[in-house]
Amino acid sequence: MTYQIIQSGLSRSFPDSHPFIEAATTDGANIVITGEQAGQGYQRIEVQLSQSKFVAIELGTECLGVHIGDDDGPDNVLGFARFRLGDAQPTNLIELVHKPYTNSTSVETAKKAFEAAGFKVAVCGDFPGRIVNRLVRPYYNAALRRLDEGLASANDMDMTLRLGLGYPEGPIALLNKTGLANHFEVTRDLYEQLGQEAYAPARRARTAWLRQQQKDK
Amino acid sequence: MNNEKTIGVVGCGTMGTGIAIVCARAGFITRIYDTRAEALENTRKQAAAFLKKSVERGKLAEGEDARIMSQFHPTTDLNDLGDCDLIIEAVFEDLKVKHAIFSELNKICEPHTIFASNTSTISITEIAGGSGRDDRVVGMHFCLPAQLMKLVEMSPGISTSEETFTQAWALCEALGQKPVKTRDTPGFILNYFLIPFHNDVINMVDQGVATPADIDLAIKTALGYPLGPLELLDMVGMDTQLLLCEAMYGLTHEARAACPPLVKRMIGAKHLGRKTGKGFHTYESNKIFGA
Repeated sequence: MTYQIIQSGLSRSFPDSHPFIEAATTDGANIVITGEQAGQGYQRIEVQLSQSKFVAIELGTECLGVHIGDDDGPDNVLGFARFRLGDAQPTNLIELVHKPYTNSTSVETAKKAFEAAGFKVAVCGDFPGRIVNRLVRPYYNAALRRLDEGLASANDMDMTLRLGLGYPEGPIALLNKTGLANHFEVTRDLYEQLGQEAYAPARRARTAWLRQQQKDK
Repeated sequence: MNNEKTIGVVGCGTMGTGIAIVCARAGFITRIYDTRAEALENTRKQAAAFLKKSVERGKLAEGEDARIMSQFHPTTDLNDLGDCDLIIEAVFEDLKVKHAIFSELNKICEPHTIFASNTSTISITEIAGGSGRDDRVVGMHFCLPAQLMKLVEMSPGISTSEETFTQAWALCEALGQKPVKTRDTPGFILNYFLIPFHNDVINMVDQGVATPADIDLAIKTALGYPLGPLELLDMVGMDTQLLLCEAMYGLTHEARAACPPLVKRMIGAKHLGRKTGKGFHTYESNKIFGA
């Protein structure tokens, strides 16, 4: 299957060259829209896309429904994001988002296209946070809150979670490395969408974000 | 390597079996107690198979498995634990049951014997309160699978003597484990985070966010975790997760600690995890993990 790339702003999924981008052709039958304005890019060309087996729109923290509607949208349009924690390099995971009405052939074809470039592809419904952010952000918030409450030192907490569960890094070191301010932005957005206390940004993340705002002024 | 000291393990479930392997492997005479003879026989077989695999994989020298198994003494008679220097309780999370076991052992064991609980949620101080020897009780929480994971969360209760804690810490290190001191708070460090994390992922399955396979794939790929959360839950078992939630929620009343409805439905369907061959994933064998 062939696909073409429509770039619509800077892409968090593909900040650099990648075999997936290099394998695209200018006349590919399917469409992948990348970049932070991928949703707007989709709106501009929507009418031309009905012949494609799949159209994949790069998502930020928003749901796919923002771009195609929650009910009765086109059945060949999916969302995707390459998971990336803050400032870290993008991982090898593609979260491929479908709606209940999405054609299963479109899902499978898009999945194969990403897998052909070496990605692991996890398919999920159109839920805030998709899989990874939805699951890990409450855990990160809890770790930051318990650090404030003196459960243990950052080192002991990280070591316990590394040794006890085989995690490559503890949550505190990981967040400090990849950007607490970014964690604030992601979890604030999820809190707005889900309204659940567990997603409310932890104080330390908010502080880091405010400090960054001051520096950027 | 042989060790002069004797360690007793009470309960031969997944955790008890793993802890007993750790003790015997470190050279301690290891007495493992359970009321169920058939379960003890299963434990013995699982331990032997695990150690044999360790030899095959070059992690133990030829013949070491037989030597370690000679240190391994299953029993259905609690009196056989009378000569133990340390007893590690690994029964299910029920304070009354733990009190009953420790108060009985208090009559059987020497005054110097240290009682340790592998509890993951119940207060060490509360357990010690029903033991008859409050000052010689510590928390020693091993991680699953105990025979592979080095971390042990060690917690003193309010009444635990400094001497007891120091001795227990030294024994933990002699087992080849890595102790970390934690406060006697619900879930210590590990389960304070893990129980709600697991509840969150169970709820994600129930809400239809993604399939268990896709969730595990995503977490392992994105974060480099060695096991997906649902694979780990299948090792823990739904019955254990229910008990953990009840203990944790009962103490903290935190929403994320409340047991998800899907757990009870899976228990009803006997989809407990690896132990019944089906949980979030399907298994063909219930061999214990790793080598």
